[in-house]
Amino acid sequence: MDKRQTGQVAGIDVGGTFTDLVQLDAKTGSVRLAKVPSTTDNQAHGVIEALAAADCDLASLDLIVHGTTTTTNAVLERKLSRTGLITTAGFRDVLELGRRTRPQPYGMTGHFTPIIPRDLRLEVAERVDASGAVVTPLDEAAVLATGQQLLDQGCISVVVHFLHAYANPDHERRAAEILATIWPNDHITMGHAILSESREFERGVTAAVNASVQPILARYLTRLTNELAAGGYARDVLVMNGNGGMVSARTVAREAAKTVMSGPASGVMAAAYTGRLAGMENLITYDMGGTSTDVALIRGAEPAVSNEIEIEYAMPIHVPMVDVRTVGAGGGSIARVNAAGLLEVGPESAGAQPGPICYGRGGSEPTISDASLILGRLNPAQLAKTGAIAPDAVARVFAARLGDPLGLDVTAAAEAVIRIANTKMAGAIRMVSLSLGADPRDFALFAFGGAGPLHAAALARELGLPRVLVPARPGITNAIGCVVADLRHDFVRTLNTPLDALPKGALAEVFATQAAEGDRLIDRETIALSGRRYLYSVDMQFIGQTHLLRVDLPGPSVDNATLHALFEAAYFNRFRVRLADIRANLVNANCSVIGARAPLDLSTLIDPSGRRATLDEAEIGRRPVYFNGDWQNVAIYWRDHLPLAFQMPGPAVIEQMDTTTLIEPGDVATGDAHGNIIIHIGGLCHDA
Amino acid sequence: MTLDPITLSVIQAGLQQVCDEMDLAFSRAAFSPVIAEANDRSDGIYDAADGALIAQGVGGLPVFVGTMQYSTRTLIAMIKEGRAGAPEPGDIYIVNDPYLGGTHLMDVRFARPYYRDGALFCWLSNTGHWPDTGGAVPGGFSASATSVEQEGLRLPPVKLFKRGVMDAEIYAIICSNIRVADQRIGDVTAQAAALDLGAARLDALLDRYGDDVVAAAIAELRSRAAAQMRSFIDDIGPGPHRATAYVDSDGVVNEPLEICLSVTREGENLLFDFTGSSAPCRGPMNSVRATTLSSVYLAMRHIFPEVPISAGAFEPLRVTGIEGTFLDARYPRPVSGCAAEVSQRIAEAVFAALVTALPGRVTAAPAGTSGNFALGGHDPDKCRDFVMYQLSGGGYGGSVMGDGLSNGCSTIGISKAPPVEVMEQAFPVLYHRYALREGSGGAGKHRGGFGLEYEVELRRGAAQASFVMDHGRFGPQGALGGADGAVNEVTVWQAGVPHVPVHLSKEQDIPLAPGDRVCVRTPGGAGYGDPFARDAWAVAEDVRLGRYTRAEGEALFGVVLTGAPHWKVDESATTLRRLARTET
Repeated sequence: MDKRQTGQVAGIDVGGTFTDLVQLDAKTGSVRLAKVPSTTDNQAHGVIEALAAADCDLASLDLIVHGTTTTTNAVLERKLSRTGLITTAGFRDVLELGRRTRPQPYGMTGHFTPIIPRDLRLEVAERVDASGAVVTPLDEAAVLATGQQLLDQGCISVVVHFLHAYANPDHERRAAEILATIWPNDHITMGHAILSESREFERGVTAAVNASVQPILARYLTRLTNELAAGGYARDVLVMNGNGGMVSARTVAREAAKTVMSGPASGVMAAAYTGRLAGMENLITYDMGGTSTDVALIRGAEPAVSNEIEIEYAMPIHVPMVDVRTVGAGGGSIARVNAAGLLEVGPESAGAQPGPICYGRGGSEPTISDASLILGRLNPAQLAKTGAIAPDAVARVFAARLGDPLGLDVTAAAEAVIRIANTKMAGAIRMVSLSLGADPRDFALFAFGGAGPLHAAALARELGLPRVLVPARPGITNAIGCVVADLRHDFVRTLNTPLDALPKGALAEVFATQAAEGDRLIDRETIALSGRRYLYSVDMQFIGQTHLLRVDLPGPSVDNATLHALFEAAYFNRFRVRLADIRANLVNANCSVIGARAPLDLSTLIDPSGRRATLDEAEIGRRPVYFNGDWQNVAIYWRDHLPLAFQMPGPAVIEQMDTTTLIEPGDVATGDAHGNIIIHIGGLCHDA
Repeated sequence: MTLDPITLSVIQAGLQQVCDEMDLAFSRAAFSPVIAEANDRSDGIYDAADGALIAQGVGGLPVFVGTMQYSTRTLIAMIKEGRAGAPEPGDIYIVNDPYLGGTHLMDVRFARPYYRDGALFCWLSNTGHWPDTGGAVPGGFSASATSVEQEGLRLPPVKLFKRGVMDAEIYAIICSNIRVADQRIGDVTAQAAALDLGAARLDALLDRYGDDVVAAAIAELRSRAAAQMRSFIDDIGPGPHRATAYVDSDGVVNEPLEICLSVTREGENLLFDFTGSSAPCRGPMNSVRATTLSSVYLAMRHIFPEVPISAGAFEPLRVTGIEGTFLDARYPRPVSGCAAEVSQRIAEAVFAALVTALPGRVTAAPAGTSGNFALGGHDPDKCRDFVMYQLSGGGYGGSVMGDGLSNGCSTIGISKAPPVEVMEQAFPVLYHRYALREGSGGAGKHRGGFGLEYEVELRRGAAQASFVMDHGRFGPQGALGGADGAVNEVTVWQAGVPHVPVHLSKEQDIPLAPGDRVCVRTPGGAGYGDPFARDAWAVAEDVRLGRYTRAEGEALFGVVLTGAPHWKVDESATTLRRLARTET
């Protein structure tokens, strides 16, 4: 295959509001950036416009890597392809019954719409038991008849989901073969092929999501690749998967469910890459947007991956995906005084529409962003350009809604909103890191998204983190994630065996099979790689337990005594408990095969020609900013003017096109060789 | 000391965080699925002087909202009276006595005194549902026990940990009296470690804000929570708001038990008067005082979820008239049904009493049973005895917001049901059906959610089936003109012959041979508002999806449909049909 390289790589991320593009020329170090409005009906238009805006020569591009929210939006907005289900007789309602839950612990109301409606869920006679033995043979005629019925009902995609197919997939395979004879396209999803684990609701929903978004993703990518080809692009398009690795656009739709977390995964991959370059390999990523905040954990420059993500109430998608948790607080979160006379922030949000008052899109409720404006942390002049509301008008709302009932003046009320919001977010981030088995104090905070760098230092102080890393381009982090991403394939094999009963070498054999399959898939890709990495881990538990603990392994060959010791150490590390008399179970063997791309220099993401020689020259003015009960006349810097190396004691504000970074009193910001800002938190960090 | 509202909010969030982290630590380290998966546990912080609830984890099992405060209060009183040992740093008391502020015996409470500078500052306490505490049947849910001794080992408050060291002798006594004792040490260490973690986190909070400030904040938050609850009570008319709810039977004597409730607003308080409720019963459907109070609190929190869980919020809620009734059972009455079943019927009485006064807040009655089906037997293939539990959900009631949820979990729980595939891996059974129970949702302007229908076959060996369910005689109550949800139904097929339990929802040790089947149909949620006011096209949609038959659409909702299978509303026939009822 042709593995020639021009060195031109473009990363394109389509987000909810904007389509971002980063083009890097590895040979010259030149960078092109573009930000254009996303085109929701056909995201391909936005992509083509972004390429045009950056003046990219499609013919000379070596590689396009694409992050897309096509499937995310389809799922969250329920704009899905008409999909039918063929399942085991007696079990068509599994997708509607769920696991006997309710949306919140308190409040007996709530709503759930199954992903496939009841009239498109049909049954056929067949049954396999838990051991994989056939109890009732497959009624093949019924498969044909139900398939025809679904076609007649207008389905363009179909799921075959049988009980215990993870133990014996024969019936699912045979049914798919039969369906293929009448189905007019290849949108046939077998449950076991997406997820080969027990738990019929989770496996069924995962397969149903896959089938429901597959035609949408396939159609979109066909359109996109055709338009790119018409523009002269001759190579393969790679698509970002939820696991943070790339997959060819030719094959990605087959497992379309894996792209549902594509966008957030790219951001986390960019964080991991940036952190590795900056020598900060343990990070908590903190992506604060308008309605919510995404948080993920990176250890040793590897993002935590989970096979058990639930993207909304009763919507589990159990394929390996970067474990991004959403916290319900964003710039648009609404502040109010409750019946107890206490200030609350969120969970209600003004979202992007109508948004905070200061955006001038009709918002009338006080939000976190409005509080930042009142405190001078956001630049009123910059907001004014976009037709925003004057700060006085925002202040009047704060006085009436918050200040008067709390007995505070407007600034104190705004500061209180920020303080409560930060306390809540810090608590939520703590719970996320603890539930992933980490003490947040061992991490640095990687702040991105429009609002992340504004709150990061305060959160770090609250959480006891010594450092904050603000990358060069916080507002286009996802697109950068596309540029730096590796090829990646994840494998999970359930062994569920007591460690003492595991034959010698059995684990190494499983790992070898997984690694070989990963190698085979990566060999098929056409892009040049700098090397391969193999990650091995096991999920273990004490016998009798139901929760799993992931244990990373140094390599594929680990004897049982070492496995037990590693598990006990990890368990002690986590729970401060030793259970010497209880033996362990090995549940899953996990292997990830990563085709690493050649390293890219990120220091040119901010155009070096704009850099000034000194900090003073980068200052663009001063304005009053409120900190800890006082207005201070604070220096405002323009990010693109900052020298690479600098030392900036807080308070200070650093502005750039896509975000505002706040340096609080007592903290010190420095610049590193890669164009990042490191905020050293006063009293916690002693290396500045 | 006066505190600004911002410091108050921050300390409130800090105390909440301590409890949430205890909950997380307990679940993640626990061995029993009932704690680790089903989160049948709760952690909280309690006042040093009176045991009042300061804060409790949001993910705790709802039925524990009020019991742990009661339990801690009782412990403090017993220490004062010399009936329990005086606390020292590092001690952890264990207690599961239902009559001392508990639920059933399986809910085991740990309490740890928390000290600052040598003085008791508060108590940290948690409850975990142990899979077994001895007694006549594995798991403790005997449908026919007539005294608490038959239900399991009863522990008064004793120090399981003394100055940080576990008392091996007490632990040995416990282990000699419970089943599957070898794995209990995992749960015990998890339960104690959660309290230790809470102590460390509380240290950090107090170091940061100062002991005096936090103590003042706790007092202020308590009075503000009370004020918040009172502001909601203000919206409730003076009453009396009356309701009656029924438990099918006590499992021993086949007669319904009655919960009579009258709610009145007296000044700033809401009075829940249960006078007239049935006397204590012979079988295990008795409730203890702590569980009865807790059931009222959890019902009110379902209605006002924005009020934080704290003693202050409960202060305006006054419960009376339970003395001498089965809602305040005393030793040695059996109580295994109190947390899982009676508590839900008490909550239903609260919902039914208040739905007219608060039609925008309260739902029609939910299924309200934990649907406990236990199958114990011997699996010859695996050469071992087994006990399988199938807990099942049911429909929720309609509300002003819309239709009820289908297959929701119990009112007092938050746990997931195990998947069929996992059940079949673990036990010698084969499910033939796990389906939405059609027609079960109570009709209403907003109909109830649908119950569950499952049928399971024993494949080999021999086993006994036991049921502790409810709502078999009376369905969940409709509200504001809505119809009741469908009743719970149990049928056991022995050699092809159907057997229906005499008590409908309760029976113990029904023998099963290979090929025998158990079929359970769980209750639907109740309807909210007049069914004839339901949007006719919503009825057409339900019929199109097979949730009701066409005939039910007409009989229950007055909607005439034509044109199977897509179903259209015959508008004029529907208008006439609906008018005809109004005129008669």
